[in-house]
Amino acid sequence: MSVRDPVSVEWIAALTGAAAERAQGEARLHEMLVRVALGELRRRRATAPWLAGVELDDVAHQAAADAMLAILRKLDSFRGESRFTTWAYKFVILEVSAKLGRHYWRVHPQVSLEAESWERLPDRIGVDPGEHAERADLVRAVRHAVDETLTAHQRRVFSAVVLDAVPLDAVVERYGTNRNAIYKALFDARRKIRAYLVAAGYLEREGRGGR
Amino acid sequence: MNGRERLERFLGTDPADIGCEEAMEVLHVYVDLVAAGQDAAGAYPGVAAHLAVCGPCGADFEGLLAAVTQA
Repeated sequence: MSVRDPVSVEWIAALTGAAAERAQGEARLHEMLVRVALGELRRRRATAPWLAGVELDDVAHQAAADAMLAILRKLDSFRGESRFTTWAYKFVILEVSAKLGRHYWRVHPQVSLEAESWERLPDRIGVDPGEHAERADLVRAVRHAVDETLTAHQRRVFSAVVLDAVPLDAVVERYGTNRNAIYKALFDARRKIRAYLVAAGYLEREGRGGR
Repeated sequence: MNGRERLERFLGTDPADIGCEEAMEVLHVYVDLVAAGQDAAGAYPGVAAHLAVCGPCGADFEGLLAAVTQA
């Protein structure tokens, strides 16, 4: 570990020192994590309006407690590439995201990942079929691309995130996977749909391609 | 922007995008650079490309930046 800034050095010393010093450091860190979690949950009210009051406090304390455990477990991996507090806060921010994903299903138990609300497709992809017959043709082509090119998993993820606007972290929670896997499924779905539309002459070949 | 352009935008994927896992791995370093007014996107173009298009990771970035700048 190569920690240069004095504040971070103090944090590491406090969290790895003698029992009394460590307890004091942990209490201070926990207090900061709770404050950051509460601030982040309030900041995200626009995207998670269902969370408020006592429940918001509960989620903040759970996120802080879980982040605290992860930080102490991974303290040896802190290499001083950032300030210690930035590194530590990242854990609690990621915990808040994961907990919001989990909480989504408590508040929206009726939402089904199998719903496939295709009537929302024009709105979601920003193409109004009423504008022109050509637009309706484009929407149909996207639907064909989904039917013909996506795997069952990519289709489920596309349907949930794009058509039903289920938060990506909630899909992650439901499938018991990680954010990267769901993001990758969506990324690949978009790329495949675009390739299909290019091959069928709906879109130009040029533009930003695959990953 | 017409329907075709909106669709192009919706389907756009950036080859520089490094994905959630790698972006989150260095998010704390990236945020400290941003908070210090340094060229974080220049130092980590793949992270910048990812944060620009991934809603959840973008929200984590905004949240961490808010936490360190308001602390």
